[in-house]
Amino acid sequence: MKPTILLGRLALIAGVIFLIAAPAFLSLRGMQLTTEFMSLLVLAMMWNLLAGYADIVTVGQHAFVGIGAYAFFGFLVLLGVDPYLSVLLAGVVSLIFAIPVMGLIFRLRAGYLAVGSWVVAETLMLAAGKLSAFGGGSGKSMPVSFVKSFGASTPDRYANVYWLAFALLAAAFLSTWYLLRSRIGVGLTAMRDDEEGAGAIGVNLRRARVLCFLWVAPFLGMAGAIITMQKLRVAPPASFSILDWTVYIIFIVVIGGVGSFEGPIIGTIVFFLIREFLNDLGVWHLIILGVISIGVILVEPKGIWGLLRRFVPGDLIPVGHKPRR
Amino acid sequence: MLNLHALSKSFGALNVLSNLDLSVPQGEVLGIIGPNGAGKTTLFNLIAGVQTPSSGEILFEGKDLSRTKVWDRCRLGIARTYQVPKPFTNMSVFENVLAAGLHGGGQKMRDAAERAEEVLETVELAHRKNTPAGDLSLLDLKRLELAKALGSNPRMLLLDEIAGGLTDAECDSLLQIIGGVRDRGTTIVWIEHVIHALRRLADRIAVLHGGNIIVSGSPDEVLQNAHVKQVYLGVEG
Repeated sequence: MKPTILLGRLALIAGVIFLIAAPAFLSLRGMQLTTEFMSLLVLAMMWNLLAGYADIVTVGQHAFVGIGAYAFFGFLVLLGVDPYLSVLLAGVVSLIFAIPVMGLIFRLRAGYLAVGSWVVAETLMLAAGKLSAFGGGSGKSMPVSFVKSFGASTPDRYANVYWLAFALLAAAFLSTWYLLRSRIGVGLTAMRDDEEGAGAIGVNLRRARVLCFLWVAPFLGMAGAIITMQKLRVAPPASFSILDWTVYIIFIVVIGGVGSFEGPIIGTIVFFLIREFLNDLGVWHLIILGVISIGVILVEPKGIWGLLRRFVPGDLIPVGHKPRR
Repeated sequence: MLNLHALSKSFGALNVLSNLDLSVPQGEVLGIIGPNGAGKTTLFNLIAGVQTPSSGEILFEGKDLSRTKVWDRCRLGIARTYQVPKPFTNMSVFENVLAAGLHGGGQKMRDAAERAEEVLETVELAHRKNTPAGDLSLLDLKRLELAKALGSNPRMLLLDEIAGGLTDAECDSLLQIIGGVRDRGTTIVWIEHVIHALRRLADRIAVLHGGNIIVSGSPDEVLQNAHVKQVYLGVEG
């Protein structure tokens, strides 16, 4: 194994060890940040699968995060369902919503699909604001009794939500890795490189797109549920936030490297570093984010991982196939 | 094997193909020549399913392909190469062919991997199987185009100017490979401007001009035809 690949893989293993050991030594603030990191990484991996492989450049990802958030809140607070089961059910509801949304936006392509997905998300946000049981347009906080259902004390709650986010990230990572290693994944990777060429060798482009869209929806919904467990309230502009759950995610994937497994991981780390160190600069922090993303695209359209790939002679997380002989 | 009946394709007011009839029997190597803009690539796009005809029908082994998507046509046994190669640049050469076997060929992973290795041997690209496809030379890209098409184990191969841009030695090497494919019984429809390549391998040549076939026959007959000389080669009788 080449030294640069070995180094990269050791860094990845160190990252996993950090995530497993973190609850033992991190402060509550550190736990909260790392939980948020894992949730955003799941969102980034999912957007990357859609935009980077299946050419579904959606700007409406926040719709499914919001649906997950509201579904979780509804099952837990309104129906009294167990909080962990509510997270799973939030994923199911998100999947169910994905079917009609897909039917609508898959009639469109490229930029029209992007705008269409955004319109659908904004419409769902406005619809959520009409739900009086969820506090209407101003939203609703979670009653303390329900907050205690996923942790009697604050440290317990932080730890439980942390492990839930860790489990979701592990599930998203391993299942998406398996998907990309499978027959379908080989077709998706071919689509990423040349869509018309992929169709010509028999890749069913329509089926691949449908599969990807339905694949990401439950993960987005469950991430929305975990984010709600941290924020302890639902409100249309926050739960369906285009800035937090779509714009930042696009930034993460673009600077990390779209169409690669490593890109979203690198992008999420860079995003958190920028946000934590430059947050005090107020609006300048957003301007710097924009300038960095434009700069990275101009230098290397495949993002930071594309730049690193010039020196690293292989993938850190291999999804490709090698000949047997 | 392939029957085109009254096939027409228009882009707005521009009629690219008009009422074209063509039959290709099993095992034939049919060369298609014609001046630029004659509708050759459009014809391939219609057969492969990239574009839909304005009217007419395409029958492959008796089955009407009018409503069949491009990927399903590949699965039925029609594979094509592109004039400008379309490699999956970030995948290895092996993976490019593997993808064709898995999807177009409908094979399981193990079978598709074995098939990919066989095909790469056939097109003399086995020594570069682990190379990213984006790093290949033009000749190797043409070989890869052919390998991707063969990876799905097609019964009919559509070759779009595969010999274009190659040196004589490179062209000769490619012709040997295509000859091998023909010898295994694969039907080939081949658009080409490199006439000596068609003269060497084609059983029949059809000349496309103004959206229709004006002459069809053996390579010698067609290339001696005065009308063909005038419209395609630009020489008088």
